Amino acid sequence: MAPTLPWFVLLPPLISAAIIVLFTQKHRDLSAAISVLAVLVSFVAAVCIFILPAAEKASAFTWLDFGDKLQVQIGFTIDRLSRAMLLMVTFVGSLIHIYSLGYMAREDGKSRFFAGLSLFMFSMLGIILANNLVMMFIFWELVGVSSYILIGHWFHRDAPPAAANKAFITNRIGDFGFMLGILMVWAAAGTVGFADLQKAETLKLLTANPAYLTVAALLLFCGAVGKSAQFPLHVWLPDAMEGPTPVSALIHAATMVAAGVFMLTRIFFLIAPSHTAQSVIAWIGIITAVLAALMATQQNDFKRILAYSTLSQLGYMVMSVGLAAPDAAMFHLFTHAFFKALLFLCSGAVLHSLHHEGNIWKMGGLKNQMPVTFLTFLIGMLALTGCPGFSGFFSKDAILAAANAHNSAIFALALATAFLTAFYMFRLYIVAFLGSPRSDAARHGHDGSAAMTVPLIVLAGFSIFTGWPIFMHHFWPVSHAEHGSAAVPIFALLVFVLGSGSAIAIYKNKKEDPIYIPLLANKFYLDEIYATIIRLTQDALAKASAWFDRWIIDGVGVRGLSAGTWGAGFLLRLFQFGNLQAYAFFFGAGVVALLYYIVFR
Amino acid sequence: MNILNLLIFVPILAAVAILLGAPARRTALGASAVNLLLSLIALSQYNPVGEKFQFLWFATVLQDWDLKYFVGADGLSLLMILLTTIVTLAAVWASPRVERMERQFYACLLFLSTGALGAFASLDLFFFYAFHELALIPTFLLIGIWGSGDRQAAAWKITIYLAIGSFVLLIGLIGLYLSVPETIRTFDIITLQQLAATGKISATSAHWIYPILLAGFGILISLFPFHTWAPDAYASAPAPAAMMHAGVLKKFGLYGLLRVALPLMPEAARYWSDLLLVLLVCNILYVGLATIGQKRLDLMLGYSSVMHMGYIFLGIASFNLIGLSGAALLMFAHGLAIAALFAITGHIRERTGTVRFSELGGLAKPAPVLGFLFALAAFASIGLPGFANFSSEIMVFFGAFGNKSTGPGLSHFQLATIAALWGVVISSVYMLRGFRAVFLGEIDKRRASIPDIPLAARWPVILLLAALMLGGFFPGVFLKFIQPALQMFAAH
Repeated sequence: MAPTLPWFVLLPPLISAAIIVLFTQKHRDLSAAISVLAVLVSFVAAVCIFILPAAEKASAFTWLDFGDKLQVQIGFTIDRLSRAMLLMVTFVGSLIHIYSLGYMAREDGKSRFFAGLSLFMFSMLGIILANNLVMMFIFWELVGVSSYILIGHWFHRDAPPAAANKAFITNRIGDFGFMLGILMVWAAAGTVGFADLQKAETLKLLTANPAYLTVAALLLFCGAVGKSAQFPLHVWLPDAMEGPTPVSALIHAATMVAAGVFMLTRIFFLIAPSHTAQSVIAWIGIITAVLAALMATQQNDFKRILAYSTLSQLGYMVMSVGLAAPDAAMFHLFTHAFFKALLFLCSGAVLHSLHHEGNIWKMGGLKNQMPVTFLTFLIGMLALTGCPGFSGFFSKDAILAAANAHNSAIFALALATAFLTAFYMFRLYIVAFLGSPRSDAARHGHDGSAAMTVPLIVLAGFSIFTGWPIFMHHFWPVSHAEHGSAAVPIFALLVFVLGSGSAIAIYKNKKEDPIYIPLLANKFYLDEIYATIIRLTQDALAKASAWFDRWIIDGVGVRGLSAGTWGAGFLLRLFQFGNLQAYAFFFGAGVVALLYYIVFR
Repeated sequence: MNILNLLIFVPILAAVAILLGAPARRTALGASAVNLLLSLIALSQYNPVGEKFQFLWFATVLQDWDLKYFVGADGLSLLMILLTTIVTLAAVWASPRVERMERQFYACLLFLSTGALGAFASLDLFFFYAFHELALIPTFLLIGIWGSGDRQAAAWKITIYLAIGSFVLLIGLIGLYLSVPETIRTFDIITLQQLAATGKISATSAHWIYPILLAGFGILISLFPFHTWAPDAYASAPAPAAMMHAGVLKKFGLYGLLRVALPLMPEAARYWSDLLLVLLVCNILYVGLATIGQKRLDLMLGYSSVMHMGYIFLGIASFNLIGLSGAALLMFAHGLAIAALFAITGHIRERTGTVRFSELGGLAKPAPVLGFLFALAAFASIGLPGFANFSSEIMVFFGAFGNKSTGPGLSHFQLATIAALWGVVISSVYMLRGFRAVFLGEIDKRRASIPDIPLAARWPVILLLAALMLGGFFPGVFLKFIQPALQMFAAH
């Protein structure tokens, strides 16, 4: 492999975004074509990287250079982790770009949308390729920007910009911790490069003070809590569904939200020495998984149910990292990317044909109107709920096995999550696709164009077999055997049957929800609680500061002082005559006089 | 002819020509374009591995006091000169139609530019000070004559406030002049630096002169609690004046700290660093919160500009090469970003007649380019990657956090860095809220068809943004000049 090959993965989307912004904004179809072409080039380059052996020399550009104190490169890590991720992200990305051609066909802001997608691809690929923490942080922030742009795509309405702001600011709270963690690591180890940090003597500098390392590792984890939408910073992801559906599929299901898990895996060598950090991570993960699954059972919006499901599955992955099984986390990240992207694209097909009616109780009977969507959704759902034979079964099994081996409380909660997952997904499926249509829109549903159905079919195929060991071992070293217990798959099967069975029993042929649990339907009131906290702290402080500044510092302090001085009184008189020029004249004259005095004294 | 003298006198000559009857706008544009070209030539001729100060030129004014008109430049001065020429060109270019006294308006802008350039190029304490004073006069006139709102009050306030600041500064500079033995007293900054290096500046006097200089420069920079002049002045100033003052002239105080206070009194600077850390954290957190509380775009930007001074102070306080380089690049970056934001705010005011958040909304629909340019400038200002603000803030954070405590626990520098990092969250809150309030959401029907920013008015903003992106993608281009200028701090 040529050392410059990674640039061919990274740069095409950036070039595409630049060309669209600068030149082709008015030519919407051309913009879309450029963006699709760019992601395909990245995909081909990623395939080359995957196949070819690693280069001897690395190609890098030094972004900041302060000698031995601080070196920040834009350079690349090519290992199994990044190769697999590059391939997955460019492949899923390509499919979603193509799908968007159909979904956004008649959109006014098509150029802006595709520029945003390209910028996102660039940023995401940068995170994967990064060879140091600062470079990762740079692209991390850029991912946040592109997500902001894409969530707020329909900016002339009120809700999308609000959701975009929420996403960006919540992520920045996480990034506060991330940056601080980076600074702490650098302050102790003197470097930010992954390769340098992993050297035994550097690692020793970090592990010398276990408390310090624990704090640093948890601060880095804050970044993942923001980006992977973990409790308590999960609130932005459901709102982010205000963006166009391809965005929800690509960014808020398959790739960007997985960046947190990827980052944790990349820096796992920093987390591994600290047991405290690991258990905090595992518990945050499982708490997110359970809470989100509970909330999902009482939502009525098609995309939001999927969003809560994403939260829950991300919780699984994060938990898995905390249980010292980053391999299992990456495995699930992989399979999840395919089936969750599929599910979102199906939801997009539904919304597209139902004129953006998202309430599942106004759907029903879609299986006859939209057979392709119906079948592919079924496959995606079976993969997500862990039906034996589908990809999700294998990856979830790897995570459950890790939980079983480490902590029985977490294992029990993980099983409960799996039960809830089967329950809410079958609820969604039964209510939306089976039964008879409950609205005019649902009666006139139809499958999308080929640009939309072909990606569905391809992703459905991948949703089945990506979990099969015969396929997976090319990417990721996961074998169930290493964790032992044969009881785990049996438990998993049991909760799958129980969850789906109870959903079928409760929701079959229902016209409205027979269950109403306010606490879950209102998402544990967390949005309201956060809004109150912000109003009581930040907004109150902001008002108080603005008032204090105007009336105390400026009012009493400055005006009070100045009024008491002769100079102020003198100038005030000048201005009361409205004679600013006179003042300027005196001022200038003063300077001249001073000069004169000094020079010709 | 010496290129620095050219840079200083081209705007003056143009201003005189305008007052004598040359076409105002075209002459001003031409002169500022020539000056930008000159500053680029100076940068290309500067040899970063050669003598520290180059393009030296002097004319003795007063032999006895060793007072001379003395210009010269290192990488830091050249960076500030480049900032001045870019922002001057953008400000002149972005000037809307001037209804009355057009000649005087452009002459004022050019005088302001000369004052800033002279201050940045001077290697003599007296002229360094006097050039800045010279730049204040046109600032007052621009606000008082061509401003909006309560312009007389605003002009009055900034006048008194900055006059007091300058006065405090003058006391400090005189003290500095007197703090070396009588026989070798000089205004020559290079000689003073040599004297400082050999310990000829009395440590006890430096100990008290430094805080005076900090207060004097601090007032000019809007260091907390001396910051309240800035938002009002920028809100009332015509856009080009706000661009020039917030973008360029405010950097004089910071430049003074880097050029005079720190190199001449390093021990005192370190002694007083805790005080500076406390004040700068107030700049970031307290003023940041006050920024969130603003209800008008112009005031919000004015406050945000005060807040961002905190980051530059943090870089200066860190006292090492990484942090100081970050501070220097951030001075450049902040100047460009705030100038772009004020330029766009001027267009918003012109088109809608208001800058109140409650009266605006949805402008990106009828004016997408205006919205896009504002978004880029706002992203730059809140430190997103791709813009020089990000690369320099990163350096500031690393520089400050690198000052570890000798014992266990975090040092004061590290605590201040944590506060500054939280400021990054605060700035995204107010900037995104402001952007949304003005440009996003549903639009008021009366404004559904306001015209977008005209083609000619886009270029000054694009010029500013392009320079910001150069510094964001390739900070090394600028660090090549900055690092040698700050090399003396490398040992710390």
